[in-house]
Amino acid sequence: MSAIPDLELAGVSKHYDAFSAVNDLSFSIAPGSFFSILGPSGCGKTTLLRMIAGFIEPDQGDIRIRGQAMQGVAPNRRPATMVFQHLALFPMMSVGENIAYGLKRRGEPAAEIRRKVSAMLEQVGLPGAEYKPVSALSGGQKQRVAIARSLVLEPTLLLLDEPLGALDLKLREHMKIELKQLQHAIGTTFIYITHDQSEALVLSDTVAVMNQGRFEQFGTPQSLYYQPASAFVAGFVGANNRYTARVNALRGDAAECVTDGGLPLIGRIVGTPPRPGDAVELFVRPEAISLAHEPADLAHCDLTIEAEVDSLLFDGANSSVLLVDKASRTPLRAALPQNGRFAHLCPGESVRLGLQVNQVWGYPAR
Amino acid sequence: MIRLLLTPTRLGRLLPLWLLLAPALIWLVGLILLPHLDLLWLSLQTRGDGGGDYTFGAGNYLTFFDEPLYWRTFARTAVMSLIATALTLVTAFPIAWYLAKIAQGRLRQLLFVLCLLPFWVSEMVRTFGWILLLQSNGVIPHLLQRFGFTDQPVELLYHDATILLGLVYSSLLFMVIPLANTLDTLDDSLVEAAYNLGGNGVSILRDIVLPHAAPGIAAGTIVVFMLTLGNYLSPVLLGGKNSLWFTEQIYNQFITRFNWQQGAAFGFLLLILSTLLVWAGLKLTGQSFGEAMRKS
Repeated sequence: MSAIPDLELAGVSKHYDAFSAVNDLSFSIAPGSFFSILGPSGCGKTTLLRMIAGFIEPDQGDIRIRGQAMQGVAPNRRPATMVFQHLALFPMMSVGENIAYGLKRRGEPAAEIRRKVSAMLEQVGLPGAEYKPVSALSGGQKQRVAIARSLVLEPTLLLLDEPLGALDLKLREHMKIELKQLQHAIGTTFIYITHDQSEALVLSDTVAVMNQGRFEQFGTPQSLYYQPASAFVAGFVGANNRYTARVNALRGDAAECVTDGGLPLIGRIVGTPPRPGDAVELFVRPEAISLAHEPADLAHCDLTIEAEVDSLLFDGANSSVLLVDKASRTPLRAALPQNGRFAHLCPGESVRLGLQVNQVWGYPAR
Repeated sequence: MIRLLLTPTRLGRLLPLWLLLAPALIWLVGLILLPHLDLLWLSLQTRGDGGGDYTFGAGNYLTFFDEPLYWRTFARTAVMSLIATALTLVTAFPIAWYLAKIAQGRLRQLLFVLCLLPFWVSEMVRTFGWILLLQSNGVIPHLLQRFGFTDQPVELLYHDATILLGLVYSSLLFMVIPLANTLDTLDDSLVEAAYNLGGNGVSILRDIVLPHAAPGIAAGTIVVFMLTLGNYLSPVLLGGKNSLWFTEQIYNQFITRFNWQQGAAFGFLLLILSTLLVWAGLKLTGQSFGEAMRKS
């Protein structure tokens, strides 16, 4: 790994009147990585990407691409190309002309352009499509042409603005895998923004979760999923049961809490250690809840709950069951194990739930 | 076919359709087709030598080619109209770009209204406005003299440039509206993408914006060219006796000389000229008439 990061931001801010779209961001991205910025709409991720591309100038801070300061450098002179949300393929040009556009602007010789265009089309799995009109392509093919058009310029950074958003689910899943393979094959640094957590988790080496102009967490997809740093990350990444609760007592580094609905839970509190009586937000992943009929099966758990089946939510491998705690009538969602042992639960049936303390995450309530 | 249409049940069923079509048909046949056929017939009546009887023939059309004044005026009108159309396009493009891409919300509505506002006043009055500004004792020569640019009042009327000014002014709106409409449908991200891929202002205009706006340019150009070619007021009022506009020749034949046959022939020559030039323009730029009219 070379010493110079491909992208480095230092104290970058952008304000629109009183609203701060991007708030004092600093981070750096190693060469060859797939970096995603994940956040809800309006979190500032598009502004951030457009600042990297050069369409917006930051109010404060520096953006450096492979060590070079980008302040005052126009978008057409930056070594960063962009794949637009709606692709922005030029409808008045053929596929080949679209891909050749940037090369022509650089003034490369015609024979070289032809060679590069056909090599690039080969790489994205559309060999020989040079003379097709853009309108004759399917959604997935347009996607590939848009990526090819940007990659053929051999940029330091490829910026992708939710490029899969317009595709249907099946194609999106397929393009996700293709994009990952393409990035592995060519090794260009990809900066990808999305509001779809599954895209971010599947594709990225590093993910930043963005909210209100700041990064809530910056790390590997695994750390985001298993060690969410804030209540926002825990709520945004993955499905979760979310409860507001009060701390009853502390037991080592775990806190015994009771939810506002009256369900007793035990979990780890991230951040400042709580005191009894403090309000916290607790998150329990559906797959962290163990289901059992016999108490002995839950011997390894720190907490067991007597519950009743409310309804089954069948979704193939993602099937889950809605339960209510018998004592407090608090609803819980638990994942159904893949072995099919609990596939025949009926509404109204009693079942035992088990939880381990290190799978329940709590955050001081704001 | 006729028999089928007129069987009693069919007639009953089709009657509402015919009634709905009637105003358009009366308009097309009665006010456009018939007068044209009449004029065509008239233009083919040639006066015999020494003011004798009229005979059927192409004599009026031959007169046009025999008399240099006529065909030179004709050529001059065509060339001046092309120049006026080109100037209108160049002037209207930035305005249309601003209206479609830069102005937002209320400002945009206000600007559109400002574009339309002059058209609430008749063209005659607006042209007289220009005369007040430009004539030798008018506003602009006075100001030029006052600020020391000229020693004495200059006559700004009765030049070819004045005619062009008047023509561009009166046709601007007909170029701005179709252009603004097509530019409005240009996705901003296309321009951004081209910029991102290394394009600059000139290449983006040439490769992205102009190809996209081509139908609007074609539509605006056709309308403006036809209006300019057939314009009578601006050339005559702003150009005076020297304007030598072909519509003036037609007017002279009809009104001054009372030679309707010759006037009708000139009218048809103008119609053929404009049709040919529009057709050639569309062919040269690879546009189709239907496309241009639909897209704008």
